[in-house]
Amino acid sequence: MSDIWEGLQAAAWLLISFDADLWEITLRSLRVTLTALLIACVIAMPLGALLVLRRFWARRFVIALLNSLMGLPPVVVGLIVYLMLSRSGPFGVLNLLFTPTAMVIAQVIIITPLIASITHQALRELWSEYHDLLISLNTSIFQRVRTLLWDGRRTLLTAALAGFGRAIGEVGAIMVVGGNIDNATRVLTTAIALETGKGDFAMALGLGMVLIGLAVTVNLAIHWLTGTERAGRW
Amino acid sequence: MVSSILPLRLDGAFVKRRGKMLAGPVDLDLTGEGVTILMGPNGAGKTTLLRMMHGIERLSGGTVSWAADEETARAAQSFVFQTPVIMRRSVLENLMYPLRLAGVAKATARKHAEEACAMIGLAGQEGQRATRLSGGEKQKLALARALIRDPQVLFLDEPCANLDGASTREIETLLQAAAGRGTGIIMSTHSIGQAKRLARDMLFMNRGRLIEHSPADVFFTSATTPEARAFLNGDILE
Repeated sequence: MSDIWEGLQAAAWLLISFDADLWEITLRSLRVTLTALLIACVIAMPLGALLVLRRFWARRFVIALLNSLMGLPPVVVGLIVYLMLSRSGPFGVLNLLFTPTAMVIAQVIIITPLIASITHQALRELWSEYHDLLISLNTSIFQRVRTLLWDGRRTLLTAALAGFGRAIGEVGAIMVVGGNIDNATRVLTTAIALETGKGDFAMALGLGMVLIGLAVTVNLAIHWLTGTERAGRW
Repeated sequence: MVSSILPLRLDGAFVKRRGKMLAGPVDLDLTGEGVTILMGPNGAGKTTLLRMMHGIERLSGGTVSWAADEETARAAQSFVFQTPVIMRRSVLENLMYPLRLAGVAKATARKHAEEACAMIGLAGQEGQRATRLSGGEKQKLALARALIRDPQVLFLDEPCANLDGASTREIETLLQAAAGRGTGIIMSTHSIGQAKRLARDMLFMNRGRLIEHSPADVFFTSATTPEARAFLNGDILE
């Protein structure tokens, strides 16, 4: 019990004192996750829409694949990215291992299937509603994708938030490819793992509080900015 | 005025799904002036025939051809579905959508949409989300959206099913105005009264076959097939 209490005190103190390390770690967490989220959305959302619109032979297979990739173990993703980026790997020359970029790559791989799958589910419903009209108006495939993404933006926000939640709390992959290097690749989750390992539970809990606070704040901010649940809008 | 996409010609066109003939084979020439009404009992294939003509139902055989190439012909038609497809946007954005697709500049599209909005009596509700409109308003919105590109041919699939008298009259007024501007209208209905009020030509279907095609006055006084006569008498066609 005292551990938790001390953790809360430590968290409060870290926040009040604007601890420089904490700020740096928090901002890096945010930067890595938001970059990964942006890239993943740009890939996953049009992909999800295309899977709804296009009837190609491998469609069912791709959907099944995406759904199973949602449960991809992050550590394994980390391992594969590690092998790709390591000195002897195919992308070794890029010198990306143990950089925030490597962490972004790993997170993109982890959350893209998740976002694409949720997008696909949401837009399938919208497409069945719009199908006749968009066919009748002789829309191009590009116009259909745009229309579905725009009119389905509410539900796509949910997809993005799910991706954010998974990325910001992820530790396995970024630990492996980032290396948890102080001042370079240490983020909230890896720092928590480190402090827990060191037995500094107060610090770990403090960092944990900040992480939870961050996730809640980002969710609330997005909901507030876009006016979800507000009457008269959608 | 761009060249006319009419006449529309169907040559042995039919749609078959899972071994069941939904409509056809149909041979038909439509000059499309004024209002052509398509009648027939439920399941006669009216919706399928309209969709075949519009080109959104895959043909199992035969041809549907316009006097213009497919691209031009498609751009000059629109379709109002029995259950109106209302986009999750504002009333004004719903009306702007077909124009924006056609590459009309935003300001021009907005101006046209505002005029259309006033035409259907929804002035002042431009910003409202369209999915919250009443059934009659939705159908009027769908009609106005179908008319906004000034189509040469407008298809309607039972546009007044589920509407009350006042809404039906408003829709009919809009349709007559459009027909007066030279839009060819082809619509299905179950209401003999509506057919009598609007039709210039009549089409009658039963069991997937088009069995009667005649001017309205001829159809209502001396239909040639026993099925059509029975239908007009209010008998139930099996």
